[in-house]
Amino acid sequence: MSTEQRIDSVKDEARTAPRGEGPSARQRVQDVRHRKEPRSAMLLTAAAWVIGILFALPVVWMILTSFHSETDAAKNPPDLFAPLSLEGYRTFFDAGPWPPLLNSLTASIVSTALVIVLAFPAAYALSIRPVKKWTDVLFFFLSTKMLPIVAGILPIYLFAQTTGLLDNIWLLIILYTSMNMPIAVWMLRSFLAEVPVEMLEAAQVDGANLMTTLRRIIAPVVMPGIASAALICFIFSWNELLLARVLTSTVAQTAPVFLTGFVTSQGLFLAKVCAASFVVSLPVLAAGFAAQDKLVQGLSMGAVK
Amino acid sequence: MTTSATEVPVDDTATRPPDDGRSDRLAKSGAWARRAPLLPALVFVIVLTQLPFLGTIVVSFMNWNAYYPDERGFTGFDNFVRVFTDDNARSAVVVTIVLTVSVVLVSLVLGLLIALLLDRKFRGRGVVRTLMITPFLVVPVAAALLWKHALYNPEYGLLNGILTWVFGEGAPQPDWISNNPLISIVAALVWQWTPFMMLILLAGLQSRPMDVVEAAKIDGASSWQIFTNMTLPHLRQYIELSGLLGAIYVVQNFDHVFTITSGGLGTANLPYFIYQTFYTAQDYGRASAAGVVVVIGTIIIATLALRTAFSLFKEESR
Repeated sequence: MSTEQRIDSVKDEARTAPRGEGPSARQRVQDVRHRKEPRSAMLLTAAAWVIGILFALPVVWMILTSFHSETDAAKNPPDLFAPLSLEGYRTFFDAGPWPPLLNSLTASIVSTALVIVLAFPAAYALSIRPVKKWTDVLFFFLSTKMLPIVAGILPIYLFAQTTGLLDNIWLLIILYTSMNMPIAVWMLRSFLAEVPVEMLEAAQVDGANLMTTLRRIIAPVVMPGIASAALICFIFSWNELLLARVLTSTVAQTAPVFLTGFVTSQGLFLAKVCAASFVVSLPVLAAGFAAQDKLVQGLSMGAVK
Repeated sequence: MTTSATEVPVDDTATRPPDDGRSDRLAKSGAWARRAPLLPALVFVIVLTQLPFLGTIVVSFMNWNAYYPDERGFTGFDNFVRVFTDDNARSAVVVTIVLTVSVVLVSLVLGLLIALLLDRKFRGRGVVRTLMITPFLVVPVAAALLWKHALYNPEYGLLNGILTWVFGEGAPQPDWISNNPLISIVAALVWQWTPFMMLILLAGLQSRPMDVVEAAKIDGASSWQIFTNMTLPHLRQYIELSGLLGAIYVVQNFDHVFTITSGGLGTANLPYFIYQTFYTAQDYGRASAAGVVVVIGTIIIATLALRTAFSLFKEESR
């Protein structure tokens, strides 16, 4: 159960408790506990809030600074209430960030789609109709994730150089697909493993064809898994720096690479760096906030549901 | 890498006893029909991860510097000798280990403490959880830039700004990165990875059977007893999972080292060292040898880690 659901169910319990009989037993236990240790409970709540705010503070600071003028951003001690300014954003958008942003978007979306299209049948062959030695195959996928990217980057670079694929977004798309494939296969398999076998057999007996089975029985169980896997693959592709830095230059440059080149040693640059960092992080922040539960499932490769 | 996967003892029937019938009853077509859906993904991953690595092995035995194309040729183990006798390479190994172990351990402990705080019911718990995961959703390069310029900068960074606020004009204004380069990187990474650990551990905490905990409370068990005897054993697999996944990514960290110190001040880890040897120094042979060393080291650690993953996995399919 998610946090919210749990809270809701407690609320429901309180609401549905018949009048006159007082709160439910569970509610009463809690009330007793609250009355007994209100101070320590308050301290723990305060601690949780303080820690939460501390962790979010750098991001809040980044956003606030991005809306200050360069002069105000460079003040010490900082001036929290300096007049707001779009100077940083203007400098950032004048520097031509759209091609890199679009490259990142293309690389992330296309590679995520490719990953799902390839990983779903593979996960099927590792769970619903498993091949022999399917555990070995699954661990082979995971083991490639432990092969550091740097260990293969030189041959990839040389290959791209001779075939003219350097600075081509398709090279990144292909590489991001292979980079995220193990996670996606692993996750989708753990979801497919929960498809009820009896229903599959019943469908087969009833003469349902493969498409019907996929749509009516498998899809409802697996759609959340596909959403989680897609979210994680998107975030990891969007964030990737090393491959993009080595294999692209001006044409296929991605947003993270653009960001590394954005800091100049001349003059004040804090506000525009904060503006640039915020804009580049925005898609990930939006996607992550919108789908927190999917994020947890994705990060834990489906082991936590 | 393939060997490490096959070394894990595998017993199909033992791992999924309830599904014995599934494969038999659904098996109508041949083995190849079963393999077909698997092949595209498998071939794709093999071509893109194993072939390049084979290339790296070949180049690691070559004298190949792009600045001296005429001297290209095979040299045997020269590159490996140079990697093992190079102070920079050895320091990169140490930095990688220190960085990975400290980031994973500190984020695990912090993540566990915060997960415990968030496992209670209180006003605004959802908001605090959202605040907590924010760091993980900042693009790593952006996070590194943020820490380097907006927080650590000795002249206008927030840390020294706070010092000026608190202590006035004469406040100490340390140069955080120059004074403690490695700790600066660790702190920035811990900030990003603690939310990751916290999320998985919180999900683990919330999957605890609460009735048993309530029963233990009624029987007079103290909070500490419940934590050590019930919560921690239950969390073990979640701790292992988050530690393993965190380690996989932190070992390969490039963004923070590249952005915060550019590998200077003794903070170059192996990914950065290889990047520099290959990209800046154009010494393909030596970079490849270092890459092979990294992979051998990773295989040793990964075999141990895969055993862990395997035990998790048995747990899951039970």
